[in-house]
Amino acid sequence: MLISMNWIGDFVDLTGLDLDALIKRFTLSTAEVEEVFHMGENLRDVVAGKIVSMEAHPNSQKLHLLKVDGGDKIYDVVCGAPNAREGIIVPFVKEGGMVDGQEIACATIAGCESHGMCCSERELGISADHSGLMELPEDTPIGKDMTELFAIKDLVFEVDNKSLTNRPDLWGHYGIAREFAALAGRELKPLETVELSAYEGLAPIEIHVEDTELCYRYSGLKVRNITKKVSPVDMRIRLFYCGSRAINLLADLTNYLMLEMGQPMHAFDCAKVDKVEVKRFDAPFQFTTLDGTERKVDENTLMICSDGKPVAVAGIMGGLESEIEDDTDSLLLESANFDGVSVRRSATRLGLRTDASMRYEKTLDPEMTVPAIGRFMKLLLDIDPDAQVISRLTDVYVKHYPQITLDFDKAYVDRYTGIEIDDARILETLRALGFGAEQSGSTFMVQVPSWRATKDVTIKADIIEEITRIYGYDNFNISTTLSPLYPKKKSPGNKADNFAKDLLVQRWHLHEVHSYIWFDQKKCKELGIAPETNVRLINAQTPDHEVIRTNMGPTLLSFLLENKSFGADFGIFEIGRVCEGLGEDGLCKERKKLGIALYSRTRSEKELYFELAGILRTMGREIKRAELSFSNTEPSHAWQHPRNTAAVSYNGEALGWLCTLHPAVLGKIDKKAAVACAQLDMDTFAAIPTADTVYREPSKFPGIDIDLSLQMPEGMTFGAMQPAWEDVDASLLTGVTLIDSFEQQGLKSLTLRFAFSSQEKTLSKEEVQPWVDGIVEKLAQKGVALRG
Amino acid sequence: MKEKIEALARQFQHELSGAGTSEAVEKLRVAYLGKKGSVTALLKGLKEVSAEQKKEAGQHINQLKKQVEEKLSQQVDAIRAAEEQRQVEAAEQYDVSLPMDAPEGSYHPITVVQRQLEEIFASMGFTIEDYKEIVTDYECFEAVNIPKDHPARDMQDTYYLENGQLLKTHTSAAQNAIMRKYGAPLRAVFPGRCFRNEALDASHENTFFQMEGMMIDKDISISNLIYFMKTMLSEVFERDINVRLRPGFFPFVEPGFELDISCTICGGEGCSTCKGSGWIELCPCGMIHPNVLRAGGIDPEEYTGFAFGLGLTRLVMMKYGVKDIRDLNSGNLKALSQFTHE
Repeated sequence: MLISMNWIGDFVDLTGLDLDALIKRFTLSTAEVEEVFHMGENLRDVVAGKIVSMEAHPNSQKLHLLKVDGGDKIYDVVCGAPNAREGIIVPFVKEGGMVDGQEIACATIAGCESHGMCCSERELGISADHSGLMELPEDTPIGKDMTELFAIKDLVFEVDNKSLTNRPDLWGHYGIAREFAALAGRELKPLETVELSAYEGLAPIEIHVEDTELCYRYSGLKVRNITKKVSPVDMRIRLFYCGSRAINLLADLTNYLMLEMGQPMHAFDCAKVDKVEVKRFDAPFQFTTLDGTERKVDENTLMICSDGKPVAVAGIMGGLESEIEDDTDSLLLESANFDGVSVRRSATRLGLRTDASMRYEKTLDPEMTVPAIGRFMKLLLDIDPDAQVISRLTDVYVKHYPQITLDFDKAYVDRYTGIEIDDARILETLRALGFGAEQSGSTFMVQVPSWRATKDVTIKADIIEEITRIYGYDNFNISTTLSPLYPKKKSPGNKADNFAKDLLVQRWHLHEVHSYIWFDQKKCKELGIAPETNVRLINAQTPDHEVIRTNMGPTLLSFLLENKSFGADFGIFEIGRVCEGLGEDGLCKERKKLGIALYSRTRSEKELYFELAGILRTMGREIKRAELSFSNTEPSHAWQHPRNTAAVSYNGEALGWLCTLHPAVLGKIDKKAAVACAQLDMDTFAAIPTADTVYREPSKFPGIDIDLSLQMPEGMTFGAMQPAWEDVDASLLTGVTLIDSFEQQGLKSLTLRFAFSSQEKTLSKEEVQPWVDGIVEKLAQKGVALRG
Repeated sequence: MKEKIEALARQFQHELSGAGTSEAVEKLRVAYLGKKGSVTALLKGLKEVSAEQKKEAGQHINQLKKQVEEKLSQQVDAIRAAEEQRQVEAAEQYDVSLPMDAPEGSYHPITVVQRQLEEIFASMGFTIEDYKEIVTDYECFEAVNIPKDHPARDMQDTYYLENGQLLKTHTSAAQNAIMRKYGAPLRAVFPGRCFRNEALDASHENTFFQMEGMMIDKDISISNLIYFMKTMLSEVFERDINVRLRPGFFPFVEPGFELDISCTICGGEGCSTCKGSGWIELCPCGMIHPNVLRAGGIDPEEYTGFAFGLGLTRLVMMKYGVKDIRDLNSGNLKALSQFTHE
């Protein structure tokens, strides 16, 4: 929003103060100022000049030779403006003067010398109008500087609208002026208004608020015999500086009022709108707004109607049919208050966010509607004294906000601020901002003004903000808290995540990536991965992104595909979140997962698969001192390899899986490469209790290793053989390691080393033989034979 | 006897100079000091020496024996040293400047910066909390004082799921649960991934990271908040940072602030990064709204606290000069593999 300091000056006298510095204070105490514009700074020697004669240019059809009276002398000027003519008074830049930042020197135009320039409003920087020269009133004193004639010089600043969202009172100059008054310690002048009680004898307007839910207040007044059509120059300049556009007097006045008080107003042509109903319709219908667009209005949108016919979208925009036109001489003035949320939603549905709707959605003060009419009439009658009010003020006030009174004591302020702000200053600040503030002992009693009471200030803490922001946060003495420090342990989840990342990056040289929480269907399709069903987003940007991922695989595999050019052998991982469907409570079963994917053009699939198993095993050992179990399992996703998918578990609890890829999917990534992929549930993993290390005295006695070469039947795995030595005392059988594995004539053989040792003595071969025999016997029962 | 000894010594010296290998030296050792060696024979011959000469002769022989032992051992050492020297000279000199493969993994830059922040907060007594990404309307909005009809809840900003849950739009969604978990007093930070339903471009992502923090205790004040933010941010940026607070509106704090820091590029002089103002808008913060404390089971009459939200993704972009936010979720290893250590 653009704010004119000239306009602010109407309400608070800031003379003698450094305005730039004051605007900086405004940023720190009220709302962010994004930019400051010094208007009219780039004009010099621009005066009211009279065209005393005009002749045709000898060399041009369009151009004319003018003699312009600049007050001090007559200037020869070449001018091409279509409305240039003898006798009119126009803004005139003397030779050597400046307009729009450009110096006007003597120039030869089409062979004739020109010693100055007549200007349009756009060249003066006071409007966008460049259709011709600006024509000044006949009684304008010749030679008078334009910046003295009109309020062209101004300091205009732009406030970030976002920083005003919670301040409905700051959407007009008067509210901003109140802030400046408080910041500068100067008085805020009351708004000059017309006393509307004078019209009480007149007939009321028929105003019928049917929808008492969405319309809080509707105030109206009828006026006729408005003869003036064009707004005064200074008013038009302010409108232009504040981002608006002059149209005609009545439209300009409603805009001016909105910019001044923050109260949106609407002027209906009285000939077309004589009475008012405020209601919603039962069914959607087409309606043309005054921007000429036909729109579909639905049954949730509040409408202003006249005789049952819709004439405006409440709080957003009027209709084209009842628009004020240049020949309108009578009007029905609307000054109303609507439900902010409803206006915002309607504006969103219509795709039509206007200056009015932007203000209504901030929850405006309904107390403002009547003073706004009084102010409108004051401005109108000042400009057009013949205008005649023809109705009484008709005011349907449906919903009052409750008055808010807040009591608090000084200790509360001290505790919240941590500094000492004296009582007088508190009272002074609150009163300057329009609060009623009294003190009794250490208690303050504060009455919140209506313009802050719609939602903005409701509790004691809100008052703290008022006191401290005007005090200035950069004036605070800052100090550390005196509260004691309590030692905090890292949560197991955080610890496990970080440990896992370190292992994966530092030991296994993997690269951490981040992806999205949804499946990317397009990428899945490229990989030949069939879509899976899961809970969906109802408003995804694209249907390709609406299914929440059930597992980490597909996103990582698509990253492998996209990174093929990165290297011949690399791996990636992500700790991210997935949703494993809905629970019985209807909520998502969200889990934190570690996903790993390895890619290699230099190593075999088997090597990768075993490396991945090794990675998981290491994680279990190093992070949790836990021995994870692996066993072949059926794939749970169609893209996993039917034979080489393994379940990972600990103590019977499922932790995840690892797999190679189904050839169909592998082929899409890279036929010649090997890929392996795994997922570990980090929530479950982190919850595994980490056993303390149990220290064992190193045995003083040498151990004995027994190697067994075993011939395995079809389908037998090491994991399936393990029960064969589970009975042996673990303090004696200290380890089983793989020495060799090979395949001969389709049969698998393993050589395993069984390490025995004792804390008490040197074990002899004879002593361990019975255990070995037991193992061999149990293996034989499983069909595992000793090789020759 | 004396002559005999001297002659033997001369002979040994002669033979030693000819013994160039360790085997030859060993032979010599046997020949002189072995059971049948010449020195041993001299010692045996002492029996026949007269009693008065015996002592002196014995001394001479032992001297010789010692001399022989020493010289033999010196010779062995010399031979070994010469052999080692030959090995050294024959050895290949490796070219360490060859481009060798040194595999390196990498952390996501978010992890790097997140860890730096976590370390700072841990040192200040903060617990570090992890939280869900799919949350309820209550957690994300209701519990942090965002009323039913607030614009933040509109469909254009928030991803809603068909079961009524949503993807958390801010880390504040964890505030309630953490307050309930620990109660007051409380110091916690909670990094997390957040989601906003918007179109992607170089500076907008629908998926990004924040790190939020809270400190709650008796008598926590605005003065403490400013002090803490200044101290913490000076640690984060590893230099003395000036902060400035402006009023800012966030439903979960009251008063709420926009915190600016002195420009890290120009130090406050004014440059293109800070648009000449000398300040960069960094993070929202404020005193926790009494309604939020109450919803978290903490009595706002007894306790006060402050909260702040750091844009983790934004800090990463500032720190490393990442211009396109989309790089971070791209999985592109040419971009991401550069962050090889913390």
